Amino acid sequence: MTDAAGLKRRTAELLAAHPPATTDRLDFLRARFDAGLAWVHYPEGLGGLGAPRSLQAVVDAELEAAGAPDNDPRRIGIGLGMAAPTILRYGTEEQKQRFLRPLWTGEEVWCQLFSEPGAGSDLAALGTRAVRDAGGDWVVNGQKVWTSSAHLARWAILIARTDPALPKHQGITYFLCDMTDPGVEVRPLRQITGEAEFNEVFLTDVRIPDSRRLGEIGDGWRVAQTTLMNERVSIGGMRLPREGGMIGRVAQTWRERPELRTHDLHQRLLGLWVEAEVARLTGERLRQQLVAGQPGPEGSGMKLAFARLNQEISGLEVELRGEEGLLYDDWTMRRPELVDFTGRDAGYRYLRSKGNSIEGGTSEVLLNIVAERVLGLPAEPRTDKDVAWKDLAR
Amino acid sequence: MSTTSTPSTEPDLLYSEEEEALRAAVRDLLTDHCDPAGVIARAESDAPHDLALWKSLADGMGMAGLLVPEDRGGQGATHREAAVVLEELGRAVAPVPYLTSAVVAAEALLACEGDVCAELLSRLASGRAIGVLAVGLHHAPGGFETVRQEDGLLHGTLTGVADAAVADVLLVPVRDGGLYAVDASEVTVTPQVSLDLTRPVATVTFTGARGRLLGDAGPAVRRALRAGAGLLASEQLGLADWTLAETVRYLKERKQFNRPVGGFQALKHRLAQLWLEVVGLRAAARNAADALARDEDADVAVAVAQAYAASVAVHAAEEALQLHGGIGMTWEHPVHLYLKRAKADSIAYGTAGAHREALARLVDLQAP
Repeated sequence: MTDAAGLKRRTAELLAAHPPATTDRLDFLRARFDAGLAWVHYPEGLGGLGAPRSLQAVVDAELEAAGAPDNDPRRIGIGLGMAAPTILRYGTEEQKQRFLRPLWTGEEVWCQLFSEPGAGSDLAALGTRAVRDAGGDWVVNGQKVWTSSAHLARWAILIARTDPALPKHQGITYFLCDMTDPGVEVRPLRQITGEAEFNEVFLTDVRIPDSRRLGEIGDGWRVAQTTLMNERVSIGGMRLPREGGMIGRVAQTWRERPELRTHDLHQRLLGLWVEAEVARLTGERLRQQLVAGQPGPEGSGMKLAFARLNQEISGLEVELRGEEGLLYDDWTMRRPELVDFTGRDAGYRYLRSKGNSIEGGTSEVLLNIVAERVLGLPAEPRTDKDVAWKDLAR
Repeated sequence: MSTTSTPSTEPDLLYSEEEEALRAAVRDLLTDHCDPAGVIARAESDAPHDLALWKSLADGMGMAGLLVPEDRGGQGATHREAAVVLEELGRAVAPVPYLTSAVVAAEALLACEGDVCAELLSRLASGRAIGVLAVGLHHAPGGFETVRQEDGLLHGTLTGVADAAVADVLLVPVRDGGLYAVDASEVTVTPQVSLDLTRPVATVTFTGARGRLLGDAGPAVRRALRAGAGLLASEQLGLADWTLAETVRYLKERKQFNRPVGGFQALKHRLAQLWLEVVGLRAAARNAADALARDEDADVAVAVAQAYAASVAVHAAEEALQLHGGIGMTWEHPVHLYLKRAKADSIAYGTAGAHREALARLVDLQAP
């Protein structure tokens, strides 16, 4: 039974057999996975029951009420949101059995080795090479960048070039890379905020057995689309209360600190408050469309809107603070596990939000996507489409 | 602090199947009877309003009575449906007194009671009469001017009254605090040369006009202008949506430098940006219509919509003109009708700045 009642019954059985109060956290999470209650829309035997995705909320609510531990989803977001759906779709039976359970329980953290110093917006131009040796293993050399969690990760999803003589989209293959391989070197990448959320990853003669290839040789770009599509899905769909985003912090400061108020700041604050509320309503409308099963193209625009708003609002917040705006809370180099926009000062928010219009697709590329896919305007000229990767300008 | 919190029930920001059917019916009517060339020709004539179209819309289709309950002679629908009608009228810059009569005047009457009011309301709802609130179009909710009363007769002048030229009856705020119904035959209506050719304004002069008391002017006018401001956002949405779609269509066709002009990235980004604004306006306008229909969070929802809508509609019309190039600057091309409407709408029922000021009070973001 995979309706709501059936799921409640299964959840009750899990809780009876493994009382959260007396069960080790990891044991509980493993038992939950094996009971098919990890992600109910996944197949049976892989942590799910083939149930509608929307019913996950029923299970989560029951478990939360019972005080059961969760798998700390924010810490393992790349595994859950990007690696798992790609492995589920393209993995062999053996790969699915090996990787999905420890991925979901958080025993094995995943990271993503996609971007390179020479391949940002033009990701398909990537140059990390994977060459097959006589024994059938792949030997990987190259450099990846903007890799969050690389220093914590046990595994990585990796795309590398296996045939430089083909046009760039065709010569790429998708691998599951062991981050403990001696050829993998992880270096923190310090950002303008002072901390290092991300890493550079240097790959030197890293050996990957062919059994850890995901999908066909040369099909890596298509496989990567599943990963990237799920990245975008996980960005949208949140429900925000009024003043729920960054604007709430500024509004609070405005109310509590009348001595900081000026007429110029007042006008700008009201303008941004309106824009933030409109963006919130736009997100809510998108959510309602998804729930009603009529997804609109609006999702493509949400990231653009939020990137600009975060930057403008945090910029205003620094100014509003006047003399305090001249200060910064802490330049110490750290490696935070999570990005925390609210736990730090306005200066941090201002600097960190600069990345919002670059990470996960620059605003310039996203505007192209809106113009071409939503408005149907002509595509940018593609001079690289039929050229062998090795002959591209660089 | 309760005003800054999210309303207890989430607004319904989508369109129902019935609302889409309503949209299709209105769009069909406008496609057949309100083409751009006809609107331009009419705008230059002595009769800029299209009363034949109004009759089809108001009487034939029953659209004038959407906001009026069935037991008071209307259709018993809500602001959500009226908003959809206004989106379509905005797309066509249709020269009909829908916002002024079916929304603003009807709302003013809904705030009053008594026989005079009931009789007028049913005439407006059926489309048999056009009513206009005698308040300058530029007033935000809360603002209005009055005429004076001497020996029971009305004297004075009111200016900038939209659609007064076709009104059968005017709803007039009087210095004694009352709202009075005055037949058009009692007053002199003088059309003013208007920026907006499709919703012209007029001066109304009272020299001993007879009026019938309807109720208190203050609350009636406030309610009427709030609904007008909130639903104007839907008209602005329709206008912006049409100008964006038309500009995109044209730029796919228009070729310069041996390629479609719409393929230049500088223009693609501008149009994508505009699309984002229109998407935001759709959410804000839907929110305002839904809040008015449920009378929950309506003050904030209307102020947010009006603080946002004007810049989008004006931007859309200005981009349409610029990106059409020389043809956009001609009288022959309809884009000027949209620009004029959009710019006038940015003043109608209060500027964005006036609505931001209202928000400062509503959500406790006080001025220094």
